[in-house]
Amino acid sequence: MSVIKDSGHLFRLAIVFALGLVFFIGVRSIFVPKTFGEYGHFRGAAIADIAARPIAYAGRQACEDCHADVVQKKNSGKHVRIGCEACHGPLAKHVDDPASVQPEKLDTAVLCVRCHEANIAKPAGFPQVKAEEHSSGLACDTCHQPHAPSIVKGAGQ
Amino acid sequence: MNITRRHLMLLLPAAAIAWEHVLAGTPEKSPNYKMSEHWWSMLIDVPKCIGCGNCVRACAKENDVPEGYFRTWVERYHVADWGFENPVVDSPDGGIHGFPPSTQTGGKNFFIPKLCNHCVESPCTQVCPVGATFVSPDGVVLVDKEYCLGCRYCVQACPYGCRFINPKTNTAEKCTLCYHRITKGLTTACCENCPTGARQLADLKNPQDPIHEFLRTHSVQVLKPHMATNAKVFYNQLDGSVR
Repeated sequence: MSVIKDSGHLFRLAIVFALGLVFFIGVRSIFVPKTFGEYGHFRGAAIADIAARPIAYAGRQACEDCHADVVQKKNSGKHVRIGCEACHGPLAKHVDDPASVQPEKLDTAVLCVRCHEANIAKPAGFPQVKAEEHSSGLACDTCHQPHAPSIVKGAGQ
Repeated sequence: MNITRRHLMLLLPAAAIAWEHVLAGTPEKSPNYKMSEHWWSMLIDVPKCIGCGNCVRACAKENDVPEGYFRTWVERYHVADWGFENPVVDSPDGGIHGFPPSTQTGGKNFFIPKLCNHCVESPCTQVCPVGATFVSPDGVVLVDKEYCLGCRYCVQACPYGCRFINPKTNTAEKCTLCYHRITKGLTTACCENCPTGARQLADLKNPQDPIHEFLRTHSVQVLKPHMATNAKVFYNQLDGSVR
């Protein structure tokens, strides 16, 4: 029995270790988020946090739900595949509340040259102009309708 | 209404279950979206890019990207008739205001849009000391800004230079592939606003996605394949001089 009698200090040490372990597990359960490790070495809830961000661009489908007349006009022209908000800007707020949030009026003199100003690096087949020579300062929508931009011969004159 | 002991016995377990849900955090925002059914990537059709900068502007507006920093940007390449190894690259303000007329003449000229390549073997997630950045189960490299220390390890690790430290939050930031949009069934802000279709979001797990036929029938490359990052942004007809 003397072995157990002398081993009292071992038990005390074991109790200290056990308390330390309990303390560690307690602290860990407080500081490590519940979802950490759900999918890997990261906080699983972060995915939902990132996905919860509100959108700014509503997407062309939302525009087309209401503006069928513009869709029809666009379908007849070269700009058919361009998203509405590519020119009109982010309008998710307008979709949520069409009455009070109105899109800005656009300036074609600024807008059209973003794509159509001549640049050596643009693909050769892409329609490009030197705006100053082409229109001598006139706004593009004097001649072109932005939703269906090609000019029918005779109609413009 | 009097709550009898019988009612209380019925209500307590229900309340306990409800409390579990409260503790579990906010419920999933997109109930029809299953992460395991998607594997996101992007296709860049280089010959279609006109360098208008619409993608850069759209990205900045959609994601509140601070001025002077870019989650996506456009580069203009000039490859002289000889001098393939040393292309002249410029990207004024990341192309957010488009590109001024080039001073270069001759040679080969083209635009290259760049963004996070959403690598499968992403060097940036491997170096994160705290598990703040990760590849999501649907293949998007994301940053948990609540966990990020701002130690800049990942900024250094990215071979494509796609990360930066947001000066306001002091945390790492990068392209999320508009994770808040694609989980709602929308496309990314840059793809939505690309006028020529040079950028297309693609889902490699969707057998109906046109990406599969495109990859099969076109000459498609990724950036820096020698880094073995298994990048998922595919460039059609990529010039060999692009770094």
